[in-house]
Amino acid sequence: MEKLRATSSLRRSLKSILNRQLSSVSEPRYLNGKRSCQPTFNLIRDHRNLGEANPILYRCFSSVSTVVQRNPSFSTLNPDDISYFKQLLGEKSVIQDEDRLETVNTDWMHKYKGSSKLLLQPRTTEEVAQILKYCNSRRLAVVPQGGNTGLVGGSVPVFDEVIVNLGSMNNIISFDKVSGILVCEAGCILENLISFLDNQGFIMPLDLGAKGSCQIGGNVSTNAGGLRLVRYGSLHGNVLGLEAVLANGDVLDMLGTLRKDNTGYDLKHLFVGSEGSLGIVTKVSILTPPKLSSENIAFLACRDYSSCQKLLMEAKRKLGEILSAFEFLDIQAMDLVLNHLDGVRNPLPATMHNFYVLIETTGSDESYDREKLEAFLLSSMEGGLISDGVIAQDINQASSFWRIREGVPEALMKAGAVYKYDLSLPVEKMYDLVDDMRTRLGDLARVIGYGHLGDGNLHLNVSAAQYDDRILEQIEPYVYEWTSKHRGSISAEHGLGLMKANKIYYSKSPETVKTMGSIKKLLDPNGILNPYKVLPHSLNS
Amino acid sequence: MVAVKRVVDYAVKIRVKPDKSGVETQNVKMSMNPFCEIALEEALKIKESGLAKEVVAVSMGPSNCVDTLRTGLAMGADRAIHVEASRDLVPLTVAKLLKKLVEIENPGLLILGKQAIDDDCNQTGQMIAGLLGWPQGTFASKVVLDKEKQVATVDREVDGGLETLCLDLPAVITTDLRLNQPRYATLPNIMKAKSKPIKKFTLEELNVEIKSDLEVVQVTEPPKRKAGVILSSVDELIDKLKNEAHVI
Repeated sequence: MEKLRATSSLRRSLKSILNRQLSSVSEPRYLNGKRSCQPTFNLIRDHRNLGEANPILYRCFSSVSTVVQRNPSFSTLNPDDISYFKQLLGEKSVIQDEDRLETVNTDWMHKYKGSSKLLLQPRTTEEVAQILKYCNSRRLAVVPQGGNTGLVGGSVPVFDEVIVNLGSMNNIISFDKVSGILVCEAGCILENLISFLDNQGFIMPLDLGAKGSCQIGGNVSTNAGGLRLVRYGSLHGNVLGLEAVLANGDVLDMLGTLRKDNTGYDLKHLFVGSEGSLGIVTKVSILTPPKLSSENIAFLACRDYSSCQKLLMEAKRKLGEILSAFEFLDIQAMDLVLNHLDGVRNPLPATMHNFYVLIETTGSDESYDREKLEAFLLSSMEGGLISDGVIAQDINQASSFWRIREGVPEALMKAGAVYKYDLSLPVEKMYDLVDDMRTRLGDLARVIGYGHLGDGNLHLNVSAAQYDDRILEQIEPYVYEWTSKHRGSISAEHGLGLMKANKIYYSKSPETVKTMGSIKKLLDPNGILNPYKVLPHSLNS
Repeated sequence: MVAVKRVVDYAVKIRVKPDKSGVETQNVKMSMNPFCEIALEEALKIKESGLAKEVVAVSMGPSNCVDTLRTGLAMGADRAIHVEASRDLVPLTVAKLLKKLVEIENPGLLILGKQAIDDDCNQTGQMIAGLLGWPQGTFASKVVLDKEKQVATVDREVDGGLETLCLDLPAVITTDLRLNQPRYATLPNIMKAKSKPIKKFTLEELNVEIKSDLEVVQVTEPPKRKAGVILSSVDELIDKLKNEAHVI
């Protein structure tokens, strides 16, 4: 294993052995033979060579804006801490095993890797409270972790923070069949909740590609959007209550199951979307919509982006209350999915179209919905908005359409290096950015645009064979400035995490951010919860 | 001629009715039987290669069968026939009805799915072939027609592998999973399908009795699997094997 040598301008590649054991990321730098006591975290980006004989190449770089220093006021773990946790949680819930730590230290995209030495898996809220109380008194930094499917590096440690994984708290506490209110622990996996509710005749108000691994606590903490937001709204509306543990171990029981409760400040909204930086969510009470019997889904092709927009306007008007999802992908995204994913068929094989739109309707009357959808599609086709399309005839065909749309992130991962951006922009301007980026990047990389057109959310992805600073230079800060100019959001649903921790000013005013900083200081004075993320580092000093 | 059946969608989680008389079909998504889709796709392919003039889809049952026929027309069938029947039909009745329709329509080839996913009978194709005295190629995974010699060469999927048969036309073919991948119903075709004719027949017109010799006595779910238990030590394992499973 080679030691990492970092100098100030930093663009190095590091050859390593095939089992990806990352070396001395947090070990002290050796400067002039003397030990420096401030290890520097370097943003590690790696390229996974699939099916090639070359050894895996590590590319480490740090530019001035992303060098993060480990906060010296945080303590480091000592054996007393370990024995305390073992005594509190039992041997099985205190994990120091290297292999398991390797997984929890790395995020889903394999873009961020921490070097935590300790993973804790509490089973009750009380245990979480005790953990935080202790860590607060010892000034040990903590990373709350759920399914670890986040895309901005918010779920993994930056340095050696203790990982508190809520996966063992996966009980469904109660479900009211009349009101559809579900109360469950934060570690419940979304897909399991969906199956449970399916048996009861209800569905979760959110649905995302990561449902097989993501946990509801994480979804709530990141205010996840997903595919159904256009119909059921955001989690701010659907979460009726939650239970959270503050940094000092205080348990805030706000687990109401009432639709209306105007008593005092509604603090739960602070925790929804705060990405674990204000408290650890341990229980959630969520309003679930009834499962409607008729689901129809159409996969359509449009010639250009303005047709997609007009189609959206028409859909909202003509399909109205039955519209439950409106997604789009461009020709490059479709290409990528068809090439990199197995078992995926092009529903419109005749020609490749410039844009594909997926429309889903959910209603209570099959034939009525079908007629409505067919009438809408017919008139759109006659009006020239759609050049071709198919309607799914059974559930299998419907899943295959969703597979195409949900499979784009996966296909991007398989295609090599990917720079991911998640932006909220006015619908008319959305694709202009993609075209702009294509011009800027030229042959350097492939630009792909897809996303929740119904919510004005673009997932801009730049795909290249390898990570390359030249590409990054062309993208950032241009993308953020462009978004800011159009008063968009630099993070529509993914959150800020580590990736965009210092970028918040592109979308929020300085006074707002200052107030956020005050709230953080109030609820977490020692700053132990998910440090280095969400808010700009300058606020901490 | 292709026979298609309207069944509970393959991906739906089936529930047994509380009175155990059958499976819950109210408010449940219904679609064309997957094997029937494959049969229809094969018929369309044959027509597109110029070996057939038209494809006729047939379905039997209550009025909502028309939905399934519309799907068939949207995939590309030219005409459809709906035999109106209010009760569930057993394969023998279906075969008798098909025989009457064959006598009226005179198709050169009768294609069906190998079995319906709701009853898994796998009988209709064989029965109609017997009633008509036509050769049959069941579980087809490949079909090649020779119009001049008026034969169909059919590869059948059997337990031991593949068996190739040569059938004189007219013949009955039932389709298996690997024969083809059914096409999606495109919008232009869905619109065209609205104007394609669906002819209706009643049971009296066809002069077939639907007295069934079979009666469904009870429908129950298979016994539930017990959840697995995660053990935490070898001692616990030995204890369970000894005292609960009684194997050591």
